Amino acid sequence: MSIMGTRVVRVEDPVFLTRGATYTDDLTDERLTGALHLTLVRSPIAHATITSIDVEAAREAPGVVAVLTGADIDLEAPLLFAGAPKQMVRPWLATERVRFVGEPVAAVLTEERYQGPDAAELVDVDYEPLPAVVDVREALKDENLLFPDAGTNTCSVYNKEDPDPDFFADCEVVVTREIINQRVAAASLETRAASAAWGDDGRCTLFVSNQNAQGARDEVAGWLGVDASQIHVILPDVGGGFGAKIGADPEFALVAWLARHTGRPVRWSESRSENMTGMVQGRDQRQTITIGGSRDGRVKAYRLDVIADAGAYPRLGVFLPVFTRMMAPGTYDIEKVDSRATVVVTNTTSTAAYRGAGRPEATSAIERAMDLFAAEIGMDPAEIRKINVVAPEKFPFTTKGGVEYDSGEYAKAIDLALEASDYATLREVQKARRERGDAKQIGIGVSSYVEITGGGAFAENASLEVHADGTALVWTGTSPHGQGHATAWAMLASEQLGIPVDKITVRHGDTDHVPRGGGTMGSRSLQTGGVAVHQASLELIDLAKARAAEILEASVEDLEVDTANAAIVVRGAPGSPTVSFAQLAEREELKVQTVFDGKKATFPFGSHVAVVEVDTETGKVTVERIWAVDDAGPVLNPLLCEGQRHGGIAQGIAQALLEEVVFDPDGQPLTATFADYGFPSAAELPSFDLVTMETPTPINPLGFKGIGEAGTIGSAPAVQSAVVDALSHLGIRHIDMPTTPLRVWEAIQDAVKEDG
Amino acid sequence: MTNVKVDITVNGRTTTDDVEPRLLLAHYLRENLGLKATNIGCDTTSCGACTVLLDGESVKSCTVLAVQADQLAVTTMEGLAGESGDSLDNPVTAAFRAEHGLQCGFCTPGMVMAVTGLIAENPDLDERAVREGLEGNLCRCTGYHNIVRAALVAAGKDPDAEQEIEAESDAARTAPGFSAGSGS
Repeated sequence: MSIMGTRVVRVEDPVFLTRGATYTDDLTDERLTGALHLTLVRSPIAHATITSIDVEAAREAPGVVAVLTGADIDLEAPLLFAGAPKQMVRPWLATERVRFVGEPVAAVLTEERYQGPDAAELVDVDYEPLPAVVDVREALKDENLLFPDAGTNTCSVYNKEDPDPDFFADCEVVVTREIINQRVAAASLETRAASAAWGDDGRCTLFVSNQNAQGARDEVAGWLGVDASQIHVILPDVGGGFGAKIGADPEFALVAWLARHTGRPVRWSESRSENMTGMVQGRDQRQTITIGGSRDGRVKAYRLDVIADAGAYPRLGVFLPVFTRMMAPGTYDIEKVDSRATVVVTNTTSTAAYRGAGRPEATSAIERAMDLFAAEIGMDPAEIRKINVVAPEKFPFTTKGGVEYDSGEYAKAIDLALEASDYATLREVQKARRERGDAKQIGIGVSSYVEITGGGAFAENASLEVHADGTALVWTGTSPHGQGHATAWAMLASEQLGIPVDKITVRHGDTDHVPRGGGTMGSRSLQTGGVAVHQASLELIDLAKARAAEILEASVEDLEVDTANAAIVVRGAPGSPTVSFAQLAEREELKVQTVFDGKKATFPFGSHVAVVEVDTETGKVTVERIWAVDDAGPVLNPLLCEGQRHGGIAQGIAQALLEEVVFDPDGQPLTATFADYGFPSAAELPSFDLVTMETPTPINPLGFKGIGEAGTIGSAPAVQSAVVDALSHLGIRHIDMPTTPLRVWEAIQDAVKEDG
Repeated sequence: MTNVKVDITVNGRTTTDDVEPRLLLAHYLRENLGLKATNIGCDTTSCGACTVLLDGESVKSCTVLAVQADQLAVTTMEGLAGESGDSLDNPVTAAFRAEHGLQCGFCTPGMVMAVTGLIAENPDLDERAVREGLEGNLCRCTGYHNIVRAALVAAGKDPDAEQEIEAESDAARTAPGFSAGSGS
């Protein structure tokens, strides 16, 4: 019986549920014996000139081994995003100017953990405050520059062509609106951490919490000016990443440099308040959407203009508008699509990937546009979507932006979501409440989405070895941090070889064992690394057959795998001699190494229906139900797949309702702890209703697409739309995320005022 | 600062040490005893990753001083794993595995102890009681869906039936709405 598509419980869990996982800060590795603890002194001011740094008192504090400033570090300051102006480098420790609250200014190394914050308090830094640039519109004016040498705050412009003034000329109806896709924090439960130790061989062992060991190795080596072979990155268990742990943080290289400088291992693990200012944050686009079409519901033209916030030092966030532009038209077949984006620096935390990374921004924009257009012509939001989605016979479909969608049935996904939610009945409930004038109104939101997965590195490697004791070992270049690859990859090998899942060990995240790998990001893992394991299994079977042919005195063509016994047998010859993989491994190493290259991205899609209740007297919104159709092709393990969808849906709801990283006009973060940031608990969320739909991609032999980010991309616009829908009878057409009670209440007050 | 002697029974074993009065119980467990299942995820007693049982009641060990636990009994997730240290016979940990109630695992030890404490307080849990009872424990991976199911299963309930009842109910859900939002 095939193991594919079955609910195999995770092989990771027994350790996680007894001794607990081993995260970077938990390590007791002997290489870290005698390690110093690093505490960073961070700027409390968003934009300032540093006039002096006095570390003398700190140096005298108990347990202090060293206190360093930027003047002590002989490394070139790195540019964290290659395409940004070359002046926008981030100092290792700021010496002249600080550009965001949380920027490192001094490094304190102590014998014991508790001594670090004590000594850090004694570092005396004099700041001469400068006016802060917080709003991207202010940044665009270039009146107040973060990097005067660069001469501008703009770090990237995508599409420099002027917009065509006649773009909407043939549209009967045109609607335009400025909307905000607010900044949010990835807020992985494990904060950032790194530990480094240099060996006598001149190599550095670097343990980090990250989503890609190989990428982190290359970046750290580059920054330190050493060969990549000198850096051995090991990823212990990682307590969540959500995109924010893609790429090395400068702190990683600083830890390695300090370990070399002091000749002792160094450990660093940040606090949550450091994390909420120091770790990269996500989203943060100010968008102008313009949509035009005819009164019969046909959308003809769509334009998306974006100003994106890179934060103080350009990082991956500068690139993400590329994804936003690629996915601008969403699931819709629109004749004319136009987009442009400008990315600027501000005195805030740097931005980078967060679950969806550029695609949720595109989806929320087009979905708001569809709702606004539907409201303008008086059409049902589900209906307008079905009229405009790409028809199934048009796949593979190339959008006006030149993006090729591999496979999809968008209208069917919408229909499934409408059917599951009993949409017609929901509308009746809504009508009845409106007629009664209830204080608590319900709103129904419908989203249709398509996203791009595996859009970065299309290839991934895997090695597979069967041992003489019948066990197998897989090394993968993906980098699980909760996704369950140890279980899923074992299932893929087990399916072909017949070796039970609990006898297959899957390992990852060690650059000495896997020198090349793309890590886990952009929902790429299953469609690249998973398929690589499948391919490795087939190659191992070929190798086993070639060897078995001699032993069994049969031709290779006559051999097949007996998965019940994990053996090679002669086809159609019961009772004849067989040889197991284990027996073959006993004779000679039975191992393959392979690379699977899908050469293209895939495009998962779906549709969500959300129902919210809005208390019109208080503005409080409650998500009552959410039905999600998320189609990422065939499902390998429904337990894992559902888990990814649940987590994604929760993060989308959180963005729609609760979460926002807020800076005051001076650049002070107002949401720098979990007491201030709107991270939802179980009490604010419902259980989720998942609907199954599986449309394979032709891009890989198993038809897999990615599922990691789909839930987030689909749920945020559905919930935001539902909040607006609950109040549409008051003439309300839009409320920016997060739709907090204050915002909703204010929107209601404004609408009532206008009405009166 | 003068150190203080503490005697704390941890997972049935007597431990003793001279500690700084400011030492957090979470750090005592992790650093002094090497029990690293208990994690620390925030500075503000918000996330609950450090939840342990103190004399049978769930507490956040980042907000308890080691000296406050003197002469008391602490149970961490390691304490649910039996003599061998690797048993999944405990109904709570078993349910977390069966229901896929964990992904990255960071919140898990705290969640498991919070659920253990919750069931001890109220054996007759429904979905709403689980959700409100776990309000102080944050998870970023699971969306809580399967954690809630695991808690219901551990409490001897049918999670499908309980979720159906909750979905159909009109009971108000709490939604504090922390973020003030920037501007309007």
